[in-house]
Amino acid sequence: MTMESNNRMIDVRDVHFAYPHNNENESVVALDGVSLHIKKGEFVGIIGHNGSGKSTLSKLLNAIIFPTQGDVIVSGLNTKNHENLWTIRQTAGMVFQNPDNQLVATIVEEDVAFGPENLGVPPQEIRERVDRALAVVEMQAYAHQKPHQLSGGQKQRIAIAGILAMEPECIIFDEPTAMLDPSGRREVMETIKRLNRDKDMTVIHITHFMEEIIAADRIIVLDKGKVVMEGEPRTIFRQVKRLKEIGLDVPQMTELAYELRSEGLKIADDVLSIEEMVDALCQ
Amino acid sequence: MLKDVTIGQYYPTGSVIHKLDPRTKILFTTAFVVMLFFLNNLWGYLATFVILATITLLSKIPVGYIIRGIKGLVLIIMLTVVLNLFMTPGTVVATLGPLTVTLEGLKVATYMALRLIFLVVGTSIMTLTTSPIDLTDGMEWCMRFIPFVRRYAHELAMMMSIALRFIPTLMEETERIMKAQKARGANFETGNIISRAKNLIPILIPLFISAFRRADELATAMEARCYRGGENRTRMKQLAFEFRDGTSLVLMVVMIVGLYLTTMIQIPLLFPV
Repeated sequence: MTMESNNRMIDVRDVHFAYPHNNENESVVALDGVSLHIKKGEFVGIIGHNGSGKSTLSKLLNAIIFPTQGDVIVSGLNTKNHENLWTIRQTAGMVFQNPDNQLVATIVEEDVAFGPENLGVPPQEIRERVDRALAVVEMQAYAHQKPHQLSGGQKQRIAIAGILAMEPECIIFDEPTAMLDPSGRREVMETIKRLNRDKDMTVIHITHFMEEIIAADRIIVLDKGKVVMEGEPRTIFRQVKRLKEIGLDVPQMTELAYELRSEGLKIADDVLSIEEMVDALCQ
Repeated sequence: MLKDVTIGQYYPTGSVIHKLDPRTKILFTTAFVVMLFFLNNLWGYLATFVILATITLLSKIPVGYIIRGIKGLVLIIMLTVVLNLFMTPGTVVATLGPLTVTLEGLKVATYMALRLIFLVVGTSIMTLTTSPIDLTDGMEWCMRFIPFVRRYAHELAMMMSIALRFIPTLMEETERIMKAQKARGANFETGNIISRAKNLIPILIPLFISAFRRADELATAMEARCYRGGENRTRMKQLAFEFRDGTSLVLMVVMIVGLYLTTMIQIPLLFPV
């Protein structure tokens, strides 16, 4: 049990959340009894249709909002206790969708320094952290640039560096690629994957793009505020029909395999990438 | 048109002026602006021009870039000139129908125009050579000496720096909205002032809505990055007066005193004393 809980990065226990509704007295239920665990070093993908509650969940993990019922425990700390607030926000960093609306400063390196400055880190150490974080996202060359002159992908990498400089144990990505072009999306995804692989960072990646999470350790599918599916990418994407019912896509190649199968071709139902498709077709 | 606004923008070149402590620059700019209103003859404006030209050259900012900053204010300058030119009573030098131009009017109009231009150039050199973060740090420091304001020094400085950060973003957004509305047949170029002002509504409403949404998202992102006001906050870059700041402070005093002395010159230049 102790082993188990030491290994836990995030523990969500039967969480309910409702947004208060302004006009009438009724409130809108966003999460309806969600329980999940995320282990240290894990790469978890969260998918769900619009309004499935995935953004609400991400904000709960970072103690920006608090459950109306149930508990969210980040690295052993309950978000309900107000004194844990800043530790939790530092432990579980968060990268948002719109790169323009999360950069605070007018110069790249000063933006990266914003987090550690808030934490009261000594100046010399902030300098070191900023340089290190910019190196990790490969943006050292842009340290003195203005954020609005960078591409979307670069801005998003700066936002990631800004979180890294706070030295978190876990980063929650709330659709970080939704507003980017394909090359920007690739840049950001490579950075995220590298963080998980080389720096052992726990990654929670919320996305609409199924291709981005075929290499995840685990996928959690949300629908109408509930966890409806959970498992390895292969197990999840194999259920093409069920995913479509919830209004979700599957990776392109899985879709192709599915169509080919329904046309009577003998092909595995868990093809995820182009390489796998090539192998499957050449057999 | 919108791209012409250079006020509040930072133009890094790494020059001596850029490296000066922001507090030195704020102090000088303030003294300079106050001094501008004391000048009472063209000798003073000539001296101001020389000082500004020297600083501009030292700052390595392209002159064209600074001139573009004035372009945005042409309308205000024109208005001031025209009003002063015709409305000042005194010795008549020319008559244009019902309008009369007086010598005094000519003088006041020239002074006002120069004053406005130098004011804009002087302050934009400060913002062009100082990174907004440095600038707000400097402001924060200066505000500590003003009673009442002292308590809100950090908050005010943070607001200012965010405003500066979002100027280019909102400019881009305005242009995008304008294009979108033009594509729908909106007309911003013709019509009288009232109909033109009315035509701005379809730009302003989406702009405001988006600005509020941005503000909300930014606040969330700042909180997620542990922002909780100025208390216990540290800074990566600490302000430090250096030797060059000392030197420039001395030069600064010399220049301001020099400018003040020009007000005592009795030899007329273009206009009688």
